[in-house]
This record gives sequence, structure tokens and C-alpha cells, in this order.
Amino acid sequence: MAEQLYGALAEFSTPEDLLAATRKAREAGYRHLDAFTPFPVEGLDRILRFPRPTISFIGLGGAITGASTALAMQFFTNYDYPLNVGGRPIYPVSAFAVVTFELTILFSALAMLFGMLWQNGLPRLSYPVFNGERFHRASKDRFFLCVSADDARFDASETLAFLSGTGALSVELVPE
Amino acid sequence: MSEPSDILPTRQSMGGIAEQLTSIPLHFPADRRWVIAMTVASALLLLLMVSVVELFTRGVGIWGINIPVNWAFAIHNYVWWLGIGHAGTLISALLLLTGSEWRNSLNRFAETMTLFAVVCAGIYPILHLGRPWYVYWMFPYPATMGVWPQFRSPLEWDIWAVLTYLTVSLGFWYTGLIPDLAAARDRATRCGWQIFFGITALGWRGSARHWQRWQQAYRLTAGLAVPLVVSVHSEVSLLFAVGQIPGWHSTIFPPYFVLGAAFSGFAVVSIIAVSLRSWFGLKNLVTDDHLDVLGMVLLATGLMTGYGYVFEVFDAIYSGEPHEIQTLVDRFAGAYAWTYWGAVIFNFIPLQALWLRRVRRSGWMLLLISASVVVGMWLERYMILVTSLYRDFLVSSWSHFTPSFWDWSTYFGTIGLFLVPFLIAIRLVPMISIFESKELLHEEKEEHQHG
Repeated sequence: MAEQLYGALAEFSTPEDLLAATRKAREAGYRHLDAFTPFPVEGLDRILRFPRPTISFIGLGGAITGASTALAMQFFTNYDYPLNVGGRPIYPVSAFAVVTFELTILFSALAMLFGMLWQNGLPRLSYPVFNGERFHRASKDRFFLCVSADDARFDASETLAFLSGTGALSVELVPE
Repeated sequence: MSEPSDILPTRQSMGGIAEQLTSIPLHFPADRRWVIAMTVASALLLLLMVSVVELFTRGVGIWGINIPVNWAFAIHNYVWWLGIGHAGTLISALLLLTGSEWRNSLNRFAETMTLFAVVCAGIYPILHLGRPWYVYWMFPYPATMGVWPQFRSPLEWDIWAVLTYLTVSLGFWYTGLIPDLAAARDRATRCGWQIFFGITALGWRGSARHWQRWQQAYRLTAGLAVPLVVSVHSEVSLLFAVGQIPGWHSTIFPPYFVLGAAFSGFAVVSIIAVSLRSWFGLKNLVTDDHLDVLGMVLLATGLMTGYGYVFEVFDAIYSGEPHEIQTLVDRFAGAYAWTYWGAVIFNFIPLQALWLRRVRRSGWMLLLISASVVVGMWLERYMILVTSLYRDFLVSSWSHFTPSFWDWSTYFGTIGLFLVPFLIAIRLVPMISIFESKELLHEEKEEHQHG
């Protein structure tokens, strides 16, 4: 085949089969693996040895930014336009609490959601695995394991044979 | 109570759920009923537009408000709508964090309900401004006059709270929707739908790496949304409690408002759940068990709201303040006693039927009780606003409030503003979370296999 390969895709009918096959692939020495599932499968990220996601740190950064923005804004507006209402304090932290709290949550939530999309490389409307003939079932009821073509141990025919050996319902090569 | 593990019938297949739910937007099954509902909703929306045009041309004088009752329908319906909006986020966020699996069939349309209810709530303070085209003065921007908004005022807190709530709810809703939009994209056969779902799904492919980050973001956002819900309605109640008006100046207000909000919101969720499942034949996903749990939640939040009523009476008497006690007496026997007793009757009398399991599991009964709660909570917000304002400290400033035609037309119009986008959303996106239903079904099947 002249065209570039993205990888080999194997189809399974249950998450258990997928987990077992992924474990076997790890043991066989494959490292560049990804799985495609209709819902999050528990334990998959541990077998695939993904690093822990850093969304929580992004959220923390957003929270700190939000809180400091809100406080700076409120202190500044009252400094620039001080209004004496019945002798009440110009800088009452208690009265600033609500807006500070709201902006903390707003910045933090938006940072996490956009951070998640950005780290996932979304939006990206087209992706090689979409060319898989049976891949449309990944959003329905099938579980796919993908061995990437840039894996050191990848060899088109050998990898396909290996994946068939793990009890896959179907295997196929996906072009880049 | 049934076992939580059996909330979905395990006979169905994962693929079946995906087909069934994506086919609702893709091959709309209830055209006639939808068109009828949409006609009614559009008529109401038109009524709102007429009322708003009239309001903008002639000013807030067309409403029945006066001095001292300068906060009537506008703020009353704002609180009412915002309260309804609260159950959506509570169902989706709080129950996600506590791992309540029964939320899966309800969270999507509850969140959708939240979005549009908050929009309805949000327009009210703007309409009430008198000069609504100056609403941007609420934002701190470098005006040539050198005037900044007053951040020490609770009214300024409002806009930040509502906008934050709307934005975070929208983000949370969309994040939960992405995997289901991808499922709909993969089922779509017509070109228009393929493009629509293809773009809105953002190229989601269910990669394990994506799910991992997605789950963390979704759960953490839920963790933020729960205190947000509580804070937004507490903030609304602070608008009242920070003032010295008798009947408002009370520490029970924040929890009382939050629980009342959850109460009315869950009532609307029940109404939508019962209607949608009979419209689209979703009894296999929104089961009698779901209605059972909804009924129990409704009963629980209702009783907690009832505690608020009792505490308000205690608070007034215990304070010994003559004006507080006078307001209490006015509520019981004054000119607006019908709102107080109406709220008590509509909120708490039919509610008691929910102690019976048979009633909770019957769609019709739940629908009627929920409708009664919605009316009761509307009367309660009316009672809180008007009975406090129409007689405050000075006899010279006592006055009555009668809603005018434009008060009513604006209020009914906002129901159209809620229904029209909701009905459009039913046609565009899967109204029940597909992937979460599948996840739950898989867990249930597991449990059956391994005991």
C-alpha cells in the first residue's frame, strides 16, 4: 500500500474485552495505543498509562485569576469614585464577597472547559480514525482499540494478526 | 423503594438506546403535538414582544407598581423563574457528584430547562430598570462621566450572579452534550443534520484520552456549580434581607429561598419528565422508578420549605418587633392573605399525597401535584414581595398593589420565552443523556451477571 497508515483498529463488543485486549497489547510491547469508547471505561487510562490530567490545575489558575480580577475591579471602582453612604466603609470586604465568589467560579469553570477542549485538540472536525469502516459504532455500542502506526513495534500484517488474536470482532487498517 | 441498580430495565441494548434517543431529533416522531405546543408558545412569545414594546415606549408606569410597592411582578417573577432554574443544575451537578444514577435520564432536559428559565429571569431586572437601554451601566467600563457601578449595592451583585450562573450552566450543559452530539452525528443520514451535528460535536471521537480529561473537567465544573446554585439564590434573597423592610430582614432568607427554589424547580422537572416520556414513548428510560425518586425529592424539599414558613413565624414573634409582627398579621389576615393561604394550600396540601408510593409512581398524579407546587411557589413569591412592601413603618406610606394587564401579559409572555427555545431544543439535541444511560445500563448488566 502506497498511502500512509494511521494505525490498526480492532473492534470489541464489551468494555471487558477491550480492557483485556489492551492489557495484552501493553504486554506485547505496544506503546502508542488509544481506545475509542461510547462512554468512559473505568480503568482504561490506568492500563494505557496515561499521565494524570491537569485540568484541576487549570481550574485553580482560573479561580485565582477570577478572584483577583474581581477584587481589583471592586477596590479600584470604589477608590476612583468613592461614595459615602451613611458613613459606611468604602472598602467593605464583606460587600465584595458575592461578586468575588461569582467571578472565581466563572473564570475557573470557563478555564477548565476551554482547557479541556484545548488539551484534547478540539474542535478538530476530521480525524483519521473516522475513516474506519465500522468506526461509526464507537459512539453506539462498540469499543475500539487503536495501535498507532508510529509505534516502534508496528507492522501492518503482524499487528493485524495480533489484534485478531485478542478476540476482536473485526480488525482493519486505517489510512492517515 | 426499589434497588437503585435496577433503575433502567436491563432488557434493552446499548445500541437500542442510542438509536432511540438520536432518532428523536433526526426523525421527529411527535410532529402534530409539537406544532400545537409551538403555536401556543409562539403566541405567548408574541404577547411578550408586544408587552415589551409597550413598556419601552410608555415606561414602567403601565405596570401596577407604585410607591411603596415598587417591586412587584418584575422582581416576583424574576425570583420565581430563577428558582425554577435551580433544580436543573442541582440535579445534574449535585447528583453527579453524589453518584446518584437516577439522574442520568433527567439531567439533560433539566439543564436545558435551567438555561431558558434563567434567561426568563434575567430579562426581568432589565425590564424593570425604567430605562432598559442603559443596562450596560451595570458593567464597569470607562465611561466619560467617570462614574463606576456601585459594588456595595446588592442590585449590582445581581447582574454578576445571574450572568455567571447563565454562563456556567451553558458551559456545563454543552460539555455534557458533546459526546451525545457525536452519537447523533454518527447516526445522521441527511446532509443538513450531518453538518449540524458534525460542527456542534467538535469532532469528538470518544478517545480514552479525551474521556479522561473530559471526565475531570465535567466533575470539577459540577463541583463548582453546586456552591454557585446556592450562592445565586442566596444572593437574590440578600437583596431582600439586606433591606430593613419588615418581613424581609431575616436570616432565614438564604436557605429558605434556596430550598423553595429547588422545590419549584423539581416540580417543573417532574412536569417536563412526565410530558416528554409520554410524548416520545420514553417509558423505558424515564421509568416509574424515576418518577418515584422525583416524588420523594419533591416531598423532601417541600417539607424543608415548610420549615421556612414555620421559622418565619417564629422569627417574627421571637424578635418582638412590632412592625415584624404587624407584617406577620398582615400575611395571615391582611389584604393579601389570599396569597399566603394560597401558597400554603397549593404548596403543601396536595404534596402530602406523595407519601404514598402509588401516587409517586403515577405520572398524572405527579403532574398535577407539581403544577400545584408551581402555582403555590408563585403565590409565595408574590406574598413575600407585596405583603412586606404595602405596609411598612409609616402609615402615610401605605398603599396597595393591583397587577395591571401589562403585568400579566409580560408574565405570560415569559412562559412563551421559556417554551419556544425549549421546544426548539427538543428537536435539535438528544433530550436524554445517551452515553450516561449506556454507562448505567452496562453497570446494571454487570451487576446482574456477577451478582
